[in-house]
Amino acid sequence: MRNRFADVFYELGLQDPRLCIVVADISPAGSISRFRTEFPDRFVNTGVAEQVMIGMCAGMALRGLRPFAYTIATFVLYRPFEFVRDDLCYQNLPVTIVGIGGGVTYSTLGGTHHAQEDIGVATTIPNMTVLVPCDPPEAEAATRWCATQTRGPVYLRLGKAGEPVLTGDAVEPWQFGRLRRITRGEDVCILACGPVAKLAVQLAERFRARGESVSLISAHTPKPLDEEGIIAALRSHRRVVVVEETAPGGSLGRRVRELAWQSGADCRLDTFCLQDEFIHCYGDHDALLAAHGLEIGAMSARMGFG
Amino acid sequence: MTAIAATHTAEAEPIAAFDAVQSRRRCLGWRRRILDISQQVTALHVAPAFSCTEIVDVIYHGLMRWEAPGRSPDVFLMSKGHGCLVQYVILEAMGVLPTADLDLYCKPEGRLGAHPDYGIPGIAASTGSLGHGMGIATGMAYAERLQGRDGRIFVVLSDGECQSGSTWEAAMMAANLRLDNLVAFVDMNDFSGLERMSEGHPAFHPLLEKFQAFGWRGVEVAGHSAEALHAAVDGHTGGGPFIVVCKTVKGKGVSYMEHVPIWHYRSPNPAEYAQALAELREIAG
Repeated sequence: MRNRFADVFYELGLQDPRLCIVVADISPAGSISRFRTEFPDRFVNTGVAEQVMIGMCAGMALRGLRPFAYTIATFVLYRPFEFVRDDLCYQNLPVTIVGIGGGVTYSTLGGTHHAQEDIGVATTIPNMTVLVPCDPPEAEAATRWCATQTRGPVYLRLGKAGEPVLTGDAVEPWQFGRLRRITRGEDVCILACGPVAKLAVQLAERFRARGESVSLISAHTPKPLDEEGIIAALRSHRRVVVVEETAPGGSLGRRVRELAWQSGADCRLDTFCLQDEFIHCYGDHDALLAAHGLEIGAMSARMGFG
Repeated sequence: MTAIAATHTAEAEPIAAFDAVQSRRRCLGWRRRILDISQQVTALHVAPAFSCTEIVDVIYHGLMRWEAPGRSPDVFLMSKGHGCLVQYVILEAMGVLPTADLDLYCKPEGRLGAHPDYGIPGIAASTGSLGHGMGIATGMAYAERLQGRDGRIFVVLSDGECQSGSTWEAAMMAANLRLDNLVAFVDMNDFSGLERMSEGHPAFHPLLEKFQAFGWRGVEVAGHSAEALHAAVDGHTGGGPFIVVCKTVKGKGVSYMEHVPIWHYRSPNPAEYAQALAELREIAG
C-alpha cells in the first residue's frame, strides 16, 4: 500500500505543482524517493519534529499549496494531536495526513508503534475525514481523492507493504463515503475495514462452504460513514459481521451497533476488533492480530462453525 | 530553488516613509479604542494587547505592503492570539472589520472572540493555543518561496510561547530552510500567565542568543519604540529568518495594569476605565 501511495503521489505530483510532502524523518519509499530527487523543494523533512510537520502543512495550505504529511500512524496523529486538531481541523484545511503502519502492522516494534486507537481518535475530531483502504488499489483510489478534494483535512490510514489485492474482482468501484461491495450476496453481510479484510475474505469462504451467500463489503470511509448503506445492509441480511483492526472505542463495530439499534434491525450482529488493551507480545502481524482474537479459527468458533 | 508559478501579479503600494510620530498617535488611539471595548465585557485581554500595540502597528503601517485595505502580498500572524484586540482595532480602522463586529465582541450574536479565527476578514490563521504560530508562519514563508512570490510573513509571539517545544521545532526548520522572508517578533513582557518569566524560569534568558544559536539573525529592541522597531526590520534583507526580541511592559500605558498579572484577563470597572483614559499618553518608546 505504501508503494502504491508513493507511485500515485508521484504521478499526481507531476500534474499538480501544488502537491508537496512533509515527512518526519521517515525514509522515502519507492516513488517518493524519486519525487524527492526530481522535486527537492516539494519534499520537506522536518526531522523528528512532528508538531512543525503539521504546523508547516497548515501554513503551506493557507498559502495555496496541497501538502501531505507522512510518517508512521502514531507519529502523524498522536504526537502532534493538538496541531492536527487546531491547525488542520479547526481551520478546515485540505491537508492529508498519511499514517503508515496503521493498527498493529509494526508488530515487532512494540506498543509505542501500534496505532490501535487511531481511527477512533481521528473520527472524533470535527471536520476530519478518515479513509482506510483495504488493499493497494483502494489505496490508489483514496490517494487520488485526497489529492483533488476540497472538503478539508483527511487522515489516510495505510498498512505497510505486501498487502494482497482483495478488490480485483469487486462488483462495485471505490466511491468516497460509500460502502463498497466486493461480492454481492443475500444471506450474510461482512463489513470489513482496512487490510484486515483479508480475514473477512476467509470468513466469507466459510460461510459460502455452508451454502450461504455473502455480501463482502469494504467500509473504507469510517468518516463520513455511509449510515444509509449500513442500515440497508442490516435490513437486507440475516447476519452481519464486522471485521476491523482498531480498538473498540470509535470502532466501526460500535457504530454499526448504534445504527442497528436506531433502525430496529433484527439481524444477528457479530463484531471483531482489537481489544481495549495494549499488546506486549511480538511476532508477525498475523500473530498480533491473533493475540486479540483476529484469527480465522477463533472467529469461526465464535461464529459457531465448530 | 525552482519556483512553481508566480501567481502574484497585483502591484502593491510601496511602503511610505515610516512616520514614528504618526505611529505614536495611532497607538494612543488603539489603546483608547481597546479600553472602550473593555466596557462591553467582563473579561478580555487588555494588558497583553497593550504590550504589543507598537509592534503590531509598526508591522501593519510600516512593514507590510498594501494593494487595497486588507489585501497584502505579506501576512501578519498573531501567534499570541490573546493579543488580538489590537489587531481588531487596527483592522477596524482600515475598514476591514466593520465597527458592528467590534460592538459585538465576545457576544452571542458576534463573530469576534478573545482569540482570532481564520475566516474572519483580515485574520490569517486561527490562534489562541500557544506555540502554533511559528510553525504555521514557517509553512507560509516556505509556500511563498516555493510559489515564486515575494510575500513576507510577520509573526508576533509571546515570550511564554518560547517555552513551547513546538516553537523551537519551527525555529530550527525556518533556519534550515533559510527563510529570509520570515520575521518574528517576541513580545517579551516578562510575564507568563502565572509569574514573571525571569523569576520563575531564569534559564529562559537570554532569548536572542538562543535564536541566534538556532541559526537566526536578530536584534533586541525597546518594544514600545516605533522608531526602534521599524529600524530593526527595515534594514534586514536576506540571510535567513530574522527575530526581533522586543522588551515590553505588559499593560503598557496604564499605571495600575503595568506588571500586574490580573490584567491579563480583567476588564476595568467604570472608575478604572476613567483613570486609564486619563492616564494614556503618546508613548515615546
